[in-house]
Amino acid sequence: MSSVATARLLPAEETTPAPCADTRPVKLRVTGVSVSFRMEGVQRTVLEGINLECREGEFICLLGPSGCGKSTLLNVIGGFLTPTQGQVLIDGQPVTGPDPRRIFVFQERGVFPWLTVEGNIGFGLQHLPAEQRRQRIAHYVEMVGLRGFERAYPSELSGGMKQRLEVARALAVNPDMLYLDESFGALDYITRHTMRRELLRLWTTEKKTILFVTHDIDESVQLADRVVVMSARPGRIQRVVDIDLPHPRDISAPRYLQYRDELLDELGVAHKV
Amino acid sequence: MRPSRKTLETLLLPTLTGLLLLLLWHGAVRLSKTTTFPTPWQVLRGMEELASQGRLTGYIRDSIHRVVTGYLLAVAVGLPAGLFMGLHAPTARVLGPVIQLLRPISPLAWIPVSIILFGVANTATVFLIFLASLFPLTLAAMNAVRSVPAIYLRAGQNFGLGRVALLRRVILPAALPYALTGLRLSFGIAWLVVVAAEMIGVDSGLGYLIIDARNAGKRYDLVVAGILLIGSIGLGLDVLMRRLERARSVRWAYHRET
Amino acid sequence: MMKLGRPSWLQTRDAARSAGGLVLLVLAWDLALYLSAAPLLPRPWQVVLGLAELLTRGVLLKHIAASLFRVTWGFLLAVGLAIPLGFALGWNARAGRALGPFVQFLRPISPLAWIPIAILWFGVGDPPAVFIIFLASLTPLVLTAMNAVRNVPAVYVNAGQNFGLGTRELFLRILLPASLPDLLAGLRLTLGIAWLVVVAAEMIAVNSGLGFLIVDSRNAGNRYDLVVAGMVLIGLIGLLLDWTISRLARGFLRGRDMIGDTP
Repeated sequence: MSSVATARLLPAEETTPAPCADTRPVKLRVTGVSVSFRMEGVQRTVLEGINLECREGEFICLLGPSGCGKSTLLNVIGGFLTPTQGQVLIDGQPVTGPDPRRIFVFQERGVFPWLTVEGNIGFGLQHLPAEQRRQRIAHYVEMVGLRGFERAYPSELSGGMKQRLEVARALAVNPDMLYLDESFGALDYITRHTMRRELLRLWTTEKKTILFVTHDIDESVQLADRVVVMSARPGRIQRVVDIDLPHPRDISAPRYLQYRDELLDELGVAHKV
Repeated sequence: MRPSRKTLETLLLPTLTGLLLLLLWHGAVRLSKTTTFPTPWQVLRGMEELASQGRLTGYIRDSIHRVVTGYLLAVAVGLPAGLFMGLHAPTARVLGPVIQLLRPISPLAWIPVSIILFGVANTATVFLIFLASLFPLTLAAMNAVRSVPAIYLRAGQNFGLGRVALLRRVILPAALPYALTGLRLSFGIAWLVVVAAEMIGVDSGLGYLIIDARNAGKRYDLVVAGILLIGSIGLGLDVLMRRLERARSVRWAYHRET
Repeated sequence: MMKLGRPSWLQTRDAARSAGGLVLLVLAWDLALYLSAAPLLPRPWQVVLGLAELLTRGVLLKHIAASLFRVTWGFLLAVGLAIPLGFALGWNARAGRALGPFVQFLRPISPLAWIPIAILWFGVGDPPAVFIIFLASLTPLVLTAMNAVRNVPAVYVNAGQNFGLGTRELFLRILLPASLPDLLAGLRLTLGIAWLVVVAAEMIAVNSGLGFLIVDSRNAGNRYDLVVAGMVLIGLIGLLLDWTISRLARGFLRGRDMIGDTP
């Protein structure tokens, strides 16, 4: 990793040519994606001309204000929404629908209230023999720190525990990509911090490609390799910022603060409250 | 393009299904060679006969009149009673079990009692409709008040509202949408019992038509005509009541997250 | 649901109030008849004597069993048809648009109105009675199942599809468990309706059942004590059925956030 403190700042049109330093294969390629639909008689364009490329093992944050279409983009990539124009390729194959190789983590409300912690984690493991499934469940229960709560229902868990449970349910099927949609948004400050550290730990040990939607500038600087800044109405990619900082990141270091200020400027947020 | 195709489907699909059902009905009657059960055509002719005798509009008017009278009486008694029970827990404790015990008793079972109290007359019919809608209505009003979240009450008290102001400015508007749904459902029940109620010595109404058509000469075409009329008028009344739920003051509660 | 940590003296007071309400009802009934001196309506103690008479004649249990038998069959047949149908209509928007209006159309038709047709098709005896109860439970159940499926949050369906579930699995592992609370609430309400209709259903020349008891007691000799005894029994058993099914529902939904439960 280079130690020069510069962010590579690219306008949207120049994102397609890959940076030469990165030799990892391209995992995801979004080309010319637009989404529009009619709402109460008015044609609305939610996303316009989105081009994005993501390499295997990369951690990308989609950052932008509410209503900029970042969640819509993630839903298109996840296969839950068909774009009006454009195409999404993963490993060179067009995305036609949701796929268990790529799991979407909703906010904690995605856990199934009718299943216990074990039942939720084992949800995608029905095809495995019972013994193997049991081991796998135990492994992930342990990993997300839910030991002792195996038989508990989601209604008995705290928000942070439910969130960890949903991440564990996703990881248990060993997907190669994870999509997180403002997944830590409903958690308190301290839990959110812990969850980010946990996610980074899982990302390094399990070698996943991660797309993370957030409106929190700090979150994006702490987590991402690259931050894709989006603008609203219609949603476009405004800029892509490479965060060239090694993990673990020091959130009071001058360079961290520099990235943060840059993103604040980019989103047009005043530095003074 | 899409939404207009959808609206077209909402009209076209039921129409096609309806035609298909009529065809099936007709075919089934023809194939079974039954002489008692009418074809759709015979039912239509039966309705024509009723209309030409002037019975059709008269019966419809009488049935609606009875149902509306009984129902409005039930609203006048049940709505205040239910609201009060929702506000005052001890009263709910006392009256709750009584209502729960009386509710599962069929309006039919009350017929003998109703006859003794009011004789064989219109009043007995109205009383049955009143009774049938009273209990569900009271419970709905009670639950509507109880469903008002405690934080609204606290916020209201925080702004210094007294008891009456709290009731008028917080509890009633917050409970209104749920109360309206309850009102609509119990109106459905009132319409449902019209047949039972008109079995007691009245000589008009759609319920009377069904019973009379069968007893006097096994006129099954008129029986089926009566059934179809009750169904479509009930549906129409329900649609009218649903309109109320679109009023501006209650629409907030029916908005669903997309 | 009982509030946690409610002191026991308060619970006792609540129970006393509830019992007091029923006692009040009986007293009001007795007083009204005492004052009005209506010749035919029975006083509470006459009804108790009537119940005792039915018990000693050995027909009480026979009537109850006959009514329960008919309600059970009519209700179960309706469940068997309505739940799959309602699920299909709720899941497939086009099917819902095509058939939904007809379900709505059937709903306001009183089960009584079907009696002539039930007799025509099934003759007399148990089958027409079961048919009437079946019809009365069918439409509310179809609508319940339809709405229950429509109310399943999209998040759950998306998550299920994300894990690669096919249609059949999606039904069994997502839609069914997710809609269970609504479904059970609807089953409870509909069982109430089925029980309500038993009187109407038993007006059709059957010779047993609580509905028959009421109609027969009135026709054969104006035995109004037995009429009211039948009404009291129907009320009590209806209450018991409701209580049982809500306990069962609570068992099924253990651990989840509870559904609304009327006290």
